Amino acid sequence: MNGAQRFTPLQRLLHWVMAVCILTMLFIGVGMVSTVEPKFLTLVSIHKPLGMAILVLALIRLVVRWRYGAPPLPVDLPEPMKLAAHLSHYALYALMIAMPLIGWGMLSAAAYPVKLWGGVNLPSILPQSDALHTALWNAHFYLAFLFFALILMHLAAALFHGLVRRDGVFESMAPTLTRDEVAPAE
Amino acid sequence: MPVTSQPAARSAVGSLVLIAAIVAFAAAAFAYTAGWFSPDRLTPTRLVDAFTPQGGEPAPGHRRNHAKGICFTGIFEANGAGAELSRAPMFAQGQYPVLGRFNLGTPNPDAADATVRVRGLSLNISTPAGQEWRMAMINPPVFTVSTPQAFYDLLRASGSKDPNAMPSFIGAHPEFGKFLDWAKSGPWTGSYAEERYNGLNSFIFVDSSGGEHPVRWSLIPAAHPVAVSPEELAKRGPDFLEQEITERIHGGPARWTMQVTVANPGDPTADPTVAWPPDRRAIDVGTLIVREIEPERDGPCRDINFDPTVLPSGVRTSDDPFPAARSSAYAKSYDLRTAEAKDYPRAAPGAAQ
Repeated sequence: MNGAQRFTPLQRLLHWVMAVCILTMLFIGVGMVSTVEPKFLTLVSIHKPLGMAILVLALIRLVVRWRYGAPPLPVDLPEPMKLAAHLSHYALYALMIAMPLIGWGMLSAAAYPVKLWGGVNLPSILPQSDALHTALWNAHFYLAFLFFALILMHLAAALFHGLVRRDGVFESMAPTLTRDEVAPAE
Repeated sequence: MPVTSQPAARSAVGSLVLIAAIVAFAAAAFAYTAGWFSPDRLTPTRLVDAFTPQGGEPAPGHRRNHAKGICFTGIFEANGAGAELSRAPMFAQGQYPVLGRFNLGTPNPDAADATVRVRGLSLNISTPAGQEWRMAMINPPVFTVSTPQAFYDLLRASGSKDPNAMPSFIGAHPEFGKFLDWAKSGPWTGSYAEERYNGLNSFIFVDSSGGEHPVRWSLIPAAHPVAVSPEELAKRGPDFLEQEITERIHGGPARWTMQVTVANPGDPTADPTVAWPPDRRAIDVGTLIVREIEPERDGPCRDINFDPTVLPSGVRTSDDPFPAARSSAYAKSYDLRTAEAKDYPRAAPGAAQ
């Protein structure tokens, strides 16, 4: 294993920070819409700024990905698995960027102020509209479950690479530093 | 590289089982969080559904409660006195636009006005910088019950066909008696403009130096309330309140004084069935001036959710459990009715059938 076959440390950092953020976000989402307890307000107040943080991180990550690319998949990986890997990553990027925008648009279309922290509001990005609100609400709801299902597939595939195929794909994004990253080789 | 020796194949099977277990655990945790294993959890869907009369359908496109209403616009004229208690920008002396809705506490948008005991006023005060303060107030002096769960139980009992449901609910919830006393013996009036609207829920005002003040607030009418019996009101027609307020505002604005009551240390903030003693400090912070009435159908209030947790800086929720429950349930009601918007005009009072 050497550094050239891994994502850059910045990419790995972004990946794992976002993994925590997105999983937190999805659990908060399904939790908050199923309770009337006081924690509803706490969860909503985390959901909105965290969603915006994910949007910003996702855009940074996209730029970093364009700049640094990704290590190649193993040459012996079957074509259907390669295809699944590529498509699922496109879908994950699309959802990371689309979900916060859909949520923001949904709140705008309902004429809710979009509050972040301490009196800071985001501007409304859509006019109030029952039809838009309903379409965006449905998209936000169903895509959240699709997002979680994709993450589970992604997790299963990563573990399959790491535990069964042992082909270096898992290590390419593992949250550890390789020796040459700790002490750069002479 | 994949390996094919016997021990490795066995470990591959073990790994696959491990992977399946991890994925299954994650999926189960998600489902648990979503409440799929908790049929008794009080969800906003269950709370909102409980408003629908048993065996009936909710009126499509309408609010699931307080379904009958009429829009108004006007201003909130702050006198500056509120700034001592809260740094809310709409407490700085000046005028702020308001959008609101007079309404009746019923899930039936066609209910006859004289048949509905609880009248409400919803309000959105906005500032030029884009801060909003939404509130939804009602005319009883205390709320029905102490917790959202008890409120759900009340809806279930009052909608139940079991003749023992209400007596046993009342037996289990003595605090409901104070509301019942008001419902039975409190005066009825002939106008939305003669009602006092009470916030009932406790909030925390935060002043400019960070000091916190538990408060409740009310809108006290400038119009003198004249008691009229419900029998007399019934003779005025099913929509007399909407007709009366439209004519009244046509002749000139109606006013309410916004009065903030500050709790003494130890006053209960978590229970809206308990009124604070009448000697508590009360401060007049401004005047609501209603200048125009518009029918709900095409009015600006129809598509606004008067969520009482949409608050400006300087106001936050307290340990009162109701604002959170109302926010959650109002959002569900909003999601449902906006999805039914195409059905709204047909179900509106007076619309072509």
